Amino acid sequence: MELNSNEPSGPLEERWTKHRDHGKLVNPSNRRNYTVIVVGSGLAGGAGAASLGEMGYNVKCFAFQDSPRRAHSIAAQGGINAAKNYPNDGDSVWRLFYDTLKGGDFRGRESNTWRLAEISNGIIDQCVAQGVPFAREYGGLLANRSFGGAQVSRTFYARGQTGQQLLIGAYQALERQIGAGTVEMHTRSEMLELIIVDGVARGIVTRNLVSGEIEAHVADCVVLATGGYGNVFYLSTNAKGSNCTAAWRAHRQGAAFANPCFTQIHPTCIPQAGEHQSKLTLMSESLRNDGRIWVPKKKEDVTKKPSEIPEEDRYYYLEERYPAFGNLVPRDVASRNAKYVCDDGLGVGPEVAGQRRGVYLDFADAIERLGQKEVEDRYGNLFEMYERITGENPYEVPMRIYPASHYTMGGLWVDYNLMTTIPGLFAAGEANFSDHGANRLGASALMQGLSDGYFVLPFTVGNYLGTVRELPKVELDHPEVKGAMERVTTRIDKLLNAPKPSKTADEFHRELGALIWDKCGMSRNEAGLKEALEKIPEIRERFWEQIKVPGTGEMFNQTLERAGRVADFMELAELLCIDALNREESCGAHFREEHRSEDGKEAKRDDENFQYVAAWEFSGDVSKPTLHKEPLVFERLKPSTRSYK
Amino acid sequence: MTERTMNITLHVWRQDNPGKPGKFERYEATDISEHSSFLEMLDLVNEGLIKDGKDPFSYDHDCREGVCGMCGMVINGIPHGPQAATTTCQLHMRKFKNGDELWLEPWRAAGFPVIKDLVVDRDAFDRIIQAGGYITSRTGSAPDANGIAIDKKTADAAFDAAACIGCGACVAACPNASAMLFVSAKITHLGLLPQGQPERKDRARKMVAQADAEGFGGCTNHRECEAACPKEIKFANIARLNRDFIGAMIKAPDDVPKPQPVR
Repeated sequence: MELNSNEPSGPLEERWTKHRDHGKLVNPSNRRNYTVIVVGSGLAGGAGAASLGEMGYNVKCFAFQDSPRRAHSIAAQGGINAAKNYPNDGDSVWRLFYDTLKGGDFRGRESNTWRLAEISNGIIDQCVAQGVPFAREYGGLLANRSFGGAQVSRTFYARGQTGQQLLIGAYQALERQIGAGTVEMHTRSEMLELIIVDGVARGIVTRNLVSGEIEAHVADCVVLATGGYGNVFYLSTNAKGSNCTAAWRAHRQGAAFANPCFTQIHPTCIPQAGEHQSKLTLMSESLRNDGRIWVPKKKEDVTKKPSEIPEEDRYYYLEERYPAFGNLVPRDVASRNAKYVCDDGLGVGPEVAGQRRGVYLDFADAIERLGQKEVEDRYGNLFEMYERITGENPYEVPMRIYPASHYTMGGLWVDYNLMTTIPGLFAAGEANFSDHGANRLGASALMQGLSDGYFVLPFTVGNYLGTVRELPKVELDHPEVKGAMERVTTRIDKLLNAPKPSKTADEFHRELGALIWDKCGMSRNEAGLKEALEKIPEIRERFWEQIKVPGTGEMFNQTLERAGRVADFMELAELLCIDALNREESCGAHFREEHRSEDGKEAKRDDENFQYVAAWEFSGDVSKPTLHKEPLVFERLKPSTRSYK
Repeated sequence: MTERTMNITLHVWRQDNPGKPGKFERYEATDISEHSSFLEMLDLVNEGLIKDGKDPFSYDHDCREGVCGMCGMVINGIPHGPQAATTTCQLHMRKFKNGDELWLEPWRAAGFPVIKDLVVDRDAFDRIIQAGGYITSRTGSAPDANGIAIDKKTADAAFDAAACIGCGACVAACPNASAMLFVSAKITHLGLLPQGQPERKDRARKMVAQADAEGFGGCTNHRECEAACPKEIKFANIARLNRDFIGAMIKAPDDVPKPQPVR
């Protein structure tokens, strides 16, 4: 397997323009002769399908939910970055590029990151034109806020529901195209296999979730915009249905999977309340702008009411350890430190599985400084949400927060055109790996999803189709199509007919999640990863032996859907740990305990040996993937050490 | 945090498909923590059913944060249950007490055929948006975002209407199964903004025609929709919808939009 990033050469500033100027185009009247499959209807998939349909391609879009508007992009709260410099605080494309690459700990691809920053401004224009109701100032111009420790205010937002508003914008654009007949929408349809003919991606096999029918769809190329794999940890801030199946099926068919160990753990989530909890809820990290994070200094105080703990017995650990950034240190630093204080027995809140996992996020000072009204204006909806879930009033009692799996920087390896190692197969949004390196900055996920969907795919898909020109027609009775369909039905039969059916998919998922959260979560070490690598195949074996799925495949069967997704997480989890074990350095969200600074708290990156993208190829044996390395070259920016002290 | 547990009796609507008659079946949820969410309680009952080799009941859900709009069922006669401004997934068991008996039903409306148990087909909402619930803006051709100033009050009001999650509770709550709250939220969101003006009148006519074609009823001012809406979409939006709709009818009475075929 050869990894060619296909980056244009020349000055960074000119690469994207140059690439577009020299790429192939498809004649407008010819576009309808090409069928493009887009799997996923979130920001990347929805925006991509809408834009490609509008250009005249014949688009088929697939979503497992009942409407494209349900995609999990909708849950993003905080905002979207752009280098508009509206507040006149010195921002620029260069600075957004710099922050993103540095924030990613120099494990992202320079050309892609630059392009993301370059496109950011156009995204805001596009969204406003569609009617996205961004927050505005009294003068009527768009409002910005500083987010996640950035030193400029470049984040556009729509109260605490930015993702919702951006997705509805993309959804409406998509529905317009569906109405116009350029996009054929398949809701309640789940992609379960990729069809490859003569080495080129030519279609997908789906299961109609209502009738259970297995369907084949052929096309000239396939785009996967199927999100991340954060649910591999079972508990995460992802939607319950978010899964890795489409990406994983593609991986098994030959698409390299890059940097799976770069998983972001978000510091401000509502802690787990009990053993049967099904998901975790994120609280926008904008809360860290005004909230102060602390735990009791003494172990005996952890069960006391926070109001009974005097100021001198409170440990404001972020403010003490990182005086320059304080509570606004990047996500990975905030998360890890919360874990450390809880591991030290200073955590607060209910005890779940033998440990109190929670720290206080206290607004008492902010309320005193700004007044309750102002705090309400800034965070009212978040406070309400917190109260709805916990039953506690955060105006009176400090919130309790704990990190949770949130976003995955790793994903399918793609080149500059967002094409995977399988020709004709593209990956966009969170499903690919390219722009965020080892750590994603706040308000950058929405930016990347829309950048890929509105601006990159419409060009690169056309460039691909214009290059291959005419592909041989694939009939539905082609042996590769039939083979792919057979793989799907065989697998479903296996799920429905385990030899000793006794356990549910959720039970297995919880077991797997607890293991990798512990061994391959915020903090990782060799012994723990090796232990996980021993246990995962054993859990997987038990899964296929004991999985219990009632009903049949020819009906609406949510238990079957879930079982199939958990089966794929069982395999991805192993690759996650293999990658984490291979990467003998600490960078971004990947923290290896063996690789830290003298004082033990800071991550230690190893540029000499690990300045590369780890792209794993499926070898036929899940436990023995083949590693390919894409060296990272930084022409403009010399990798520097992240320090937030 | 002290923890209370409770036992709940559930009567769940079971229906294999739209063609077959449905009926309530009784299940017991035992030892449920008050901190558990309503859907986690249902998950637990279903886990038990799966282990017993029985067919678990189906219900839609996804984000479990009250924003995707996927979840929703009628709980003791109220869409999304007893807590105001709260989706089913955000409901927690501390709102219930030991011994409570709950009747769970799907949204009931001609426009939302039952797929299975508590799951309904809401494609009609997507087709209403297809009919006109958008602002036409070609990708890549937008002017600078700060080119038009929009006063904060207007932008905020547009946002309030744009917060609709398309769950369908308004339809389920309405005695006429009217979708007017849903339609009017989109009409208000887009109609308040300067970008939405060129298509404003047409939008109202087309969306209303599609809602009619889907089998949703008319609005006769019961205001049940507003009470059931988990996102507090205001009933007053319907007045704005009526104004846009009537305005369009007066301007071009013969220009009747053709709704898309209903699946």
